[in-house]
Amino acid sequence: MSGSRLPDGGRIDRSAAVEFQWDNRQVSGFKGDTLASALMAHGETIFGRSFKYHRPRGIMSAGVEESGAIVTVGRGARRDPNVKATTQEIYNGLYAKGQNAWPNVRRDLGAVNSLFSRFFSAGFYYKTFMGIPPMEWGKGTGIWMQYEKLIRKAAGMGVASREPDPDIYDHGHLFCDVLVVGSGPAGLAAAVEAAKAGLDVVLVEQDFEIGGDYLNQSNTEAEQKRNTAIAELEKHGARVMTRTTAFGLYDYGVAGLLERVTDHLSEPASHIPRQRFLTLRTKQTILATGAMERTVAFGNNDIPGIMTAAAANTYVNRFGVLPGKQIIVATNNDSAYGPALTLAKAGAEVTLLDSRTSIPANISGLLETKGVTVKTGATALNANGKRGISSLDLATGSRAHWTSGDTQECDLLLMSGGWSPVVNLLSHRGVRPVWDADNLCFVAPEYDEPIQMAGSACAIWGTSDCEASGQAAGAAAVAEIKNQSASSPSAPNAGGWETPIDPLYEVSVEGKQLKSFIDPQHDVTADDVRLAHQEGFVSVEHLKRYTTLGMATDQGKMGNIIGLALMAEALGKEIPQVGTTTFRPPYTPISLGALTGRGKGAHFKGLRRTPMHEWNLAHGATMTEAGLWQRPWYFARDGETITEAYIRETISTRETVGLVDVTSLGKIAIQGPDATELINRVYSNAFAKLPVGKARYGIMLRDDGIVMDDGTSWRFSDTDYFMTTTTAHAAKVMVFLEELLQTRWSNLKVHVTSVSEQWAGSAVAGPKSRAVLEACVADPASVSNDALPFMGVTETTLKNGVSCRIARISFSGEMAYEMYVESDYAESMMDLLWPAAQSFDGCLYGTETLGALRIEKGHVTGVELDGRATIDDAGLGKMASDQKSYIGSALRKRPDLMRTDRPQLVGIFPKDKSEKFKAGSVLCADGKVEGHGDGWITAVTHSPSLGHWIGLGYINGGHDQWTGQTVVAADPVRTGNTNVEIVSPHMVDPSGERMRG
Amino acid sequence: MIRINCPFCGERDHSEFTYGGDGSIVYPELDAPAEEWVEAIFQRENIRGVQTETWHHVSGCRQWLVIERDTMTHEIHSIKAAHEGVAKVLEAGT
Ligand SMILES: [Zn+2]
Repeated sequence: MSGSRLPDGGRIDRSAAVEFQWDNRQVSGFKGDTLASALMAHGETIFGRSFKYHRPRGIMSAGVEESGAIVTVGRGARRDPNVKATTQEIYNGLYAKGQNAWPNVRRDLGAVNSLFSRFFSAGFYYKTFMGIPPMEWGKGTGIWMQYEKLIRKAAGMGVASREPDPDIYDHGHLFCDVLVVGSGPAGLAAAVEAAKAGLDVVLVEQDFEIGGDYLNQSNTEAEQKRNTAIAELEKHGARVMTRTTAFGLYDYGVAGLLERVTDHLSEPASHIPRQRFLTLRTKQTILATGAMERTVAFGNNDIPGIMTAAAANTYVNRFGVLPGKQIIVATNNDSAYGPALTLAKAGAEVTLLDSRTSIPANISGLLETKGVTVKTGATALNANGKRGISSLDLATGSRAHWTSGDTQECDLLLMSGGWSPVVNLLSHRGVRPVWDADNLCFVAPEYDEPIQMAGSACAIWGTSDCEASGQAAGAAAVAEIKNQSASSPSAPNAGGWETPIDPLYEVSVEGKQLKSFIDPQHDVTADDVRLAHQEGFVSVEHLKRYTTLGMATDQGKMGNIIGLALMAEALGKEIPQVGTTTFRPPYTPISLGALTGRGKGAHFKGLRRTPMHEWNLAHGATMTEAGLWQRPWYFARDGETITEAYIRETISTRETVGLVDVTSLGKIAIQGPDATELINRVYSNAFAKLPVGKARYGIMLRDDGIVMDDGTSWRFSDTDYFMTTTTAHAAKVMVFLEELLQTRWSNLKVHVTSVSEQWAGSAVAGPKSRAVLEACVADPASVSNDALPFMGVTETTLKNGVSCRIARISFSGEMAYEMYVESDYAESMMDLLWPAAQSFDGCLYGTETLGALRIEKGHVTGVELDGRATIDDAGLGKMASDQKSYIGSALRKRPDLMRTDRPQLVGIFPKDKSEKFKAGSVLCADGKVEGHGDGWITAVTHSPSLGHWIGLGYINGGHDQWTGQTVVAADPVRTGNTNVEIVSPHMVDPSGERMRG
Repeated sequence: MIRINCPFCGERDHSEFTYGGDGSIVYPELDAPAEEWVEAIFQRENIRGVQTETWHHVSGCRQWLVIERDTMTHEIHSIKAAHEGVAKVLEAGT
């Protein structure tokens, strides 16, 4: 192939030169060029190397179906592999390289792979993985591990950047009445028809220019039609989006769009997203997605200098590039005659081979007057040339029997093997296309979707027929939306060729071994398909996976039909009996960045701060994440480490008093005459007789009898409760209560309201906690031991006039209170509490100390109530009432849940008290450190009260079964093994005297 | 991308909702035998076609809805409030 720029013609802007880099060389093109057209104009032929054999690959098409000119664009953090040179616009400073080649595409050392091609045949990866010896030198997965690295390196698909993506991506939502996909003759006509009817129309075009096949026609009439349609759309307010791919169609008229906003710009402004991922909702969709020309399998049909006939036409008429000088066109249908004429007019020497004997008389006559040699009953058999085609061995005869013919010199071979309508998007909706035996392609069947097909996507070949088809589709969409009976013009029939297409998919002659590719990107050959058939892979879906046909980045847009045809031949069946492969989104690849949008880093999930967040920070808090919440972790003083800080805070709380932000706990107001009934039904323990002014600790089970959550409920009146939940399960408990009241118990007169945001809370814990409260409330008598005994509740007023609610409940095991004020008064509450606590030498503490205090006491939290534990497993069986029925009461007594050898909550001490161990360790019997062991450790802390490390965990059979035995806490990938002993989970103050104090 | 026409809020994207479960289940009384609860909690049909299910408009009005949806096509055949009393009021159109 020796491409060159024509002196005039094309849609490129010859006044705007564009400078870019290709394989580290400076190259120039024009505005309006693709990377492929600009490089073709410079005579470039090799763009990359193939996946397995590293055979040279050149330009095969002029669009998204490209499977040869696959390149890498950009560098550093912006390196983007597997970009189709045929769709990449050039811009000043564009940096592009060929891929799958080292040191470069022209001199590639990996081509040595092709010497081993017989080892890389169909199913190579499967056979190797399955352990069947595919090669003399190895078998099984053990060997695979050795060779995998080498093969992977050689069989690359471009290399992505390992740096974080520096670009931004947006997500957006669009609504419209009619979505038109494709802006060719059919799409424009459809969009104009719908817009004229007053509907809200969105027209999307993946190309950077509107016009589709109009752009490939060099006559002024086509350009006029295009301009008129664009003006009409503008006049009627249609939204026209270029560089936008409809990559998928989904339920309820949802289309996924990808808009490439800056991929064609030299220096995009930094605030503009690189791409937009748009979710569009429409009433009607019109698919004017066109058709793709496919080739035919013959020998060496993958080497550079072989492309489709329509592509060559596009390079001449749209880009002003003549792709070759000595050109052979091989066709089995009428569509290649136009391109042959275009090339002859542009100055090339053209020979046209038609596999048929009956050919379109008018146009072939015209061709001959322009100096084109037309040979019937002839086609391409085998291409010669190493780095590009230099001559072609012809086959003569007919499809029934080919014989070897002459060899003819050429620098470009154009193939037309028929056209495949782009039915991919319709296929996304689960509609299976059907075979059109006249036009030799898959087309839409009858279907029931709010989708209209138009133009060559329906195998309608003529431009004016496509326009009529688009108009009819537009009218049909309007009629559907306006609920009118279809008074629309009838659409033209499929077809439009003068002479029938010849069902030619592969050319071969007896006794000649050919390397005929059907998927040039994945190096799948015609022989691979036959091998797969021989080995029993006769279903199309199996064939695809076994040979990897159609699984490269082009998803078999060109090769799938040839593969089907060859399989049909091998099976002795017709193509429709063999089936089609199902197309799935996305139509063309989408970057991960676009899928992610802005939801990365700190924006990956929501952020919740308590109303005393700033107060905590101002008082020295180091924060940690608890779900979405930011919570104080510890309050280090004077350069303390976290360990030093939490040990000091723990001691200080047990000896004097500590304050901790507990705002993140879930809080639910439960109000109404049946409030008591609801609470009594959802907690496992008795609540029916909870007096007004008292709180109670409660456990909730799920329907299946497993523990869901624990918390407290405070009773303020006969009809008014305040429920707290764990931080982790706040939303889940709220949803469950709503579900129960709305779907099961709608007769209960009770309302639940989430008030988690409305109340800010602090726990005040330690022997001096009452004294702190007395110093802070307006009436100290309201918090006296008589007025507010253990589990008592009061509503009172702080010294600063802020009303608050206080319950004397304890998570730490000390005498302790939880107190809440309205969220806006959080800081004012802390400003009262903290000086009072300081006067007793108290402390502020965070989640680390919260953990240490509760582990010492054996109080469970989310890590112990992990969705597997029963109430008995967690050692709380006495809180399961036998006097009433409640959610989970029926199923918690299933035999397996009552087994005594289930894992049960225990405390854990190290044998050697100076040793520590880690949460997540597996508990094993001494001498049997293997498998899953007998239990696991859920939480550990250094216990200041005991002076050594302690833990909580579960072990089969519980404390009684393991008393006096040595148990190993096995932590094979971190600290190793530690000998431990199993103790009661209530490790500090087991009788609970301190909190009643 | 199902669109759900919430009786309280109007048509919304399904991303505002969470799926509940089988809406045809009549949950046993709390004191019913374990066998009835096993049936209700574990023995579920895997329906191909129209299925009654519950959805929660969790990022909207927080009402639970009972929806008849075709599991093959996602087509929604009916939507009503799960709360019987509320559903009656809505049906009466007052
Ligand atoms: Zn709603």
